[in-house]
Parts: sequence; structure tokens; C-alpha cells
Amino acid sequence: MSNKPLTLFDKVWDAHVVRKIEDGPDVFFIDRHFIHEVTSPVAFLGLQSRGLGVMFPQHTFATADHNTPTINQHLPVEDGLSAIQLKALETNSAKYGISHWGLGNPKNGIVHVVGPENGITLPGMTIVCGDSHTSTHGAFGAIAFGIGTSEVEMVLSSQCIMQPKPKKMRINVNGALSKAVTPKDVVLYIIAKLTAAGATGYFVEYAGDVFENMSMEGRMTVCNMSIEMGARGGMIAPDETTFAYIKGREKAPKGEAWDKALVYWKTLKTDEGATFDIEYHFDAADIEPMITYGTNPGMGMSISKSIPKAADLEGGVASYAKSLAYMGFEEDEQMIGKKVDYVFVGSCTNGRIEDFRAFASIVKGRKKADNITAWIVPGSHIVEQQIKDEGILDILTEAGFQLRQPGCSACLAMNDDKIPAGKYAVSTSNRNFEGRQGPGARTMLASPLMAAAAAVTGVVTDPRDLL
Amino acid sequence: MAYDKFTILTSTAVPMPVENVDTDQIIPARFLKATERKGFGDNLFKDWRYNNDGSPKQDFVLNNPIYKGKILVGGKNFGSGSSREHAAWAIYDYGFRCVVSSFFADIFKGNALNIGILPVQVSPVFLDKIFTAIEANPETELEVNLPAQTITILATGEQESFDINGYKKHNMTNGFDDIDYLQAMKEEIKTFAAMRIV
Ligand code: SF4
Repeated sequence: MSNKPLTLFDKVWDAHVVRKIEDGPDVFFIDRHFIHEVTSPVAFLGLQSRGLGVMFPQHTFATADHNTPTINQHLPVEDGLSAIQLKALETNSAKYGISHWGLGNPKNGIVHVVGPENGITLPGMTIVCGDSHTSTHGAFGAIAFGIGTSEVEMVLSSQCIMQPKPKKMRINVNGALSKAVTPKDVVLYIIAKLTAAGATGYFVEYAGDVFENMSMEGRMTVCNMSIEMGARGGMIAPDETTFAYIKGREKAPKGEAWDKALVYWKTLKTDEGATFDIEYHFDAADIEPMITYGTNPGMGMSISKSIPKAADLEGGVASYAKSLAYMGFEEDEQMIGKKVDYVFVGSCTNGRIEDFRAFASIVKGRKKADNITAWIVPGSHIVEQQIKDEGILDILTEAGFQLRQPGCSACLAMNDDKIPAGKYAVSTSNRNFEGRQGPGARTMLASPLMAAAAAVTGVVTDPRDLL
Repeated sequence: MAYDKFTILTSTAVPMPVENVDTDQIIPARFLKATERKGFGDNLFKDWRYNNDGSPKQDFVLNNPIYKGKILVGGKNFGSGSSREHAAWAIYDYGFRCVVSSFFADIFKGNALNIGILPVQVSPVFLDKIFTAIEANPETELEVNLPAQTITILATGEQESFDINGYKKHNMTNGFDDIDYLQAMKEEIKTFAAMRIV
């Protein structure tokens, strides 16, 4: 028996290879498959036209989230096309025996929030969904990544996809994080360092005491944004924090099965001496609260600095200028003090209870600024309930904010929550692409603390000044 | 058979020398509401292509009649962003069969291959040569030869080879897709599944 040291990624990957194709991809077995209303209908049509069934319906989970309204969810969905997609998800799930958490179901919410919350996401699993932020589930030591609709059809019909094994990257962050530096800042910092394409072709493992000391919510925020530097996914070795989070959740193993699972999960870490194709080291002390100033998530900066000059960056000057022009910003300007019109707190990046706690910590005792329209959107009904139970809702109401109902909302603006053209939003979501939050919308990505600071002052504000 | 076979494609090309062309630009999210795969080409690059009133933006390359063809040439990091296969559908539906860039985002590349668009990754230097050649003469033809794995600027004869794994190449030249392959090994998958304790 060989004792070659293996990475966490190798261990999980290799356990799921059904067949290796010479000069081709691996036939890769999928343990858990999430579907939602937007990327699944065409896959089901494909099944139908080929006369295929769903091989293991018990391994696929459906939730409606991408284009659901965030108010009046008890009423029929007004947008005709959205309603048709939601109906299709329901009908297809029923037809093939797939569990479906539709609008109004107490388990409903954003797919990457409800999976972990209900114990569906577990260490050592392979998890896919037709959504690139599936990387979120890597926080549990799972290999999780987004797939296209053709692949959704593959998983439905054969529980497998064809994947070449990515290269391996490890990102180490050690040291203590400073005040007001959240997991979102850590990941925005990493992406700014590596650029929006810097991890393309790689699967990332995050290691070091910053991640070891992070809550599961924080780890999910970090893994969520792995895709924003091009990585297929990111993962963190499971530990006591992971096990404590999972224990007792509805679909988590119980009793003997739990004990058995735990023995296996404890083997899921990178062995001493295992090698990566590339490795990065960062010092936690260098990370400040971050904000983006451009139109890809790699265009992020410390809040206390100025917008970089094109000449100081790698990459095309023309593309950089185009990006700043879209934002209405100039090189060398400060971000602090810039006017904000909208604040969005939510999404699978920052739509968990910890994020609303952070938001409330700044909002408490202050008032919403008059010029701000705020959309506060929990990631799931379970999070919504926590917000109420913990008294956060009272703090929000007191300060003049309203809580909306769960869904993806302004993260991709498929529903009515669209930032108008030319307006500025501080958003806790994951993408600041042109038009992502509505045609012409200008997005600044940041943490829930930064969002709160903007929401109460009406301008871009260093959250450290308010803590 | 899921899409047309791809062997040798000779065509003029549409140049888009912008970096980080993301999937939200290729097909904005508000056009993802279809439950069928059709008509996406009309909304390809919607917000770069049309003004709010629906009139075409004159300075956008797809609205410039001198550029046409079945090959789209994009800047570095083409297709970054979401996993929406709709982006690849839109490109295909518009009439492109091949996208050339010096760097592709992973998911886009996989999606493209799955639906019969060939992503051709060339060196940054060769990409510049292509842009220069098209700028000098929009009638410049490129030849993409999948069996030989080469791309050639026909006017100058400049050529570069590109990578594609043997499996995908075989699929594309024959018009097969992964679902055909997986269906043929169903029993093996069931045996594997039975062994996994999940
Ligand atoms: S919140 Fe945004 S990123 Fe997350 S699943 Fe929804 S649309 Fe995708």
C-alpha cells in the first residue's frame, strides 16, 4: 500500500471517479445535486426528448430562488415568465420524484443557504448545481462546483458528469484579523491579489488559522466567492466547527451513522507533505475592510486606499478605463465619501444569520439615511426566523429598515429587485459585473458591516469609524 | 447526436478585443426566464448591442456590417462569471461555432464544448495577430482545423496549434455528446453508486 501524502481535494476527488478516460475527462460521480428554476427546465426537456429518466431522484433537491419575488410571496407570482419557470420546477420535481421546496415552503431559500442549513451538504461529498456559487458548499470539505444545463441533464440521467481533474492551489492566510475585517473582506482581498482570472483551472484549498478560526457562515462566504477568481471551487478541511454545525440538522446522519461518518470525516484533511501545483501565503494583518470600485470582483481595494492607476496594474488599459467609466469613477480617487443610493444585504454570499448580526451591530441605535433604499433579504426562511428570534428585526425596524422575504433578489436582479441605471449600490453579493444588479446599475461589493455603514450614513464609509 | 459535427471551419471573424467578457454581458440574467432553448441569439450581448429604446448601438461590433462570420474572437478571460449555459446557447444561436481567446473561464469552456462550440485558446501574441489582421482587413479569413488542431490566418499563413483532449475532439468531430457516453455505461455507474455509502 502506498503512503503517498494526499491533499484533501485528491482524497475526495479520487473517491468519486467511476472511470478514467484516457486523454479525456474522468467520469465523476455526484452525491448531491441541487436544482433551481432557471437552469433546470431545459435539462428536463432534454431528458424528455431523449426518453431518459432520473437515475437517483433521492439525490437531487429542488428549491425556487433565482427569480422569486421578495415581497408578497403568498400571492401568485406576477411576472409571467418567472411564474412559468417556477411551475416547471414544481411539475418536473413531482414527475420525477424529486424533493421540492417551492415558494412558501418553510424550507425554501437560496439553494446554497438551504443545502447546508438542512444537513444535505456534508463533508467528503461531491455536490453540483447549475449555479457557479455552488462552490459555497466547499466550506464543509466537499468538492462542490457549478455546472451548465447539459451537465444538469447528465446528473439527472446518470448521476455523473465528465470532468477533467483541475489543478490544485492552496491559499494560506495566517495571523489575526483586525477589527471590522470579516470573511467577505478576506475573500475580496484574495481575489484582488490573484485577479478575477487568477485561479482559473484550479481547485482551491483555503488553509491557515484565519479559516480555522472562522465560523461555518464565514467559511461559506469565502468558498462562495472562489469562482470570482476563476477557480472551479474552494474547500476547507472539516473540523470540530464543521461537525458542530452539522450535528442535529434534519438530513444529517444520526446515531450510529453519525459516529461512522465522523470517523471518515476526520480523515478529510491534507496530509503533511502533500503538494499543490501552486501555493499562496497571505498575512491576515495586511487585510483591511474591502470594497470594489470596478466591474469585476478582482477590482477590489482597501477602504482607506485610493482607486489604483491603470499603469500600476497588469492587464489591458482600455478594459480598465471602460470599467471605471461605467462606474463613473476616476483613477486615484478615494472611495470614502462616495454617494450611495442602494444597499443590498443578502445573497448566498452574505445572506446568513451572522451577516444580519453584523449589519445590525452597526445599525443599532442609528437611523437609515434618507437617500438610501435598502433591500435586506434573508437567504432562507430559517434565517428569516432567526432574525426575528434574535431581536434583529426590532433593531432593523427601529432604524427604519424593512425585512424582505428570502431569495436571490438583487444579487442577479431577475425579479423586481433591480438597481436602476446609473445608481450606486453597496452590495453584499458576489458580482459587480456591468448590469448584474439591473441594466446600468453600479455595484460596489463589500461586507455586511460596510453595507451597514453606507446604509446609515448615505455614503461609502469606513465601518471602523462606526464600531 | 446532439449538435452538428465540427471538422474544419473557414470563416471571417468578429473581433471583440475586450478582456473579462463575462456571462452577464453575453446574456443578461433577465433573459434567463425561458423554459426552452430557443431565441437566445437575439439577446446575445443585449446591453452592449442595444440602447434602452431598442435601437442598435452603432459602435458595437455586432452592429457593424463589415464584421461577420462564424468565429468570435474575444479578449483574455472570456466567459467568466456564472455557469449559465445560456451564454453558450446565445453564442451558438447567433451563428458562431467557434470562440477564440487567449484565456477562457473554465465553466464557459466546458459548456461551449458540451453544446458544440469550439473554444480555441491561442497565445496572447497570436491573438494580437488575429486582431491586427482583422483590423487591417475585415475580410480576413481564419481556418480552424479541429482534426489537425490548428488555427490559421489564411491571408498570411500564420498558424498556431491549440489543445483539446482526445475525448472531446472525438465527440466534436462526430457530433456526440457526454450524455450518449454516460448512457452507455449506466450499469457501471449503478455498481459504483451501490458501493458508495452516502
Ligand atoms: S444569491 Fe446570487 S449568486 Fe447566489 S445563487 Fe442566487 S443568484 Fe446565484
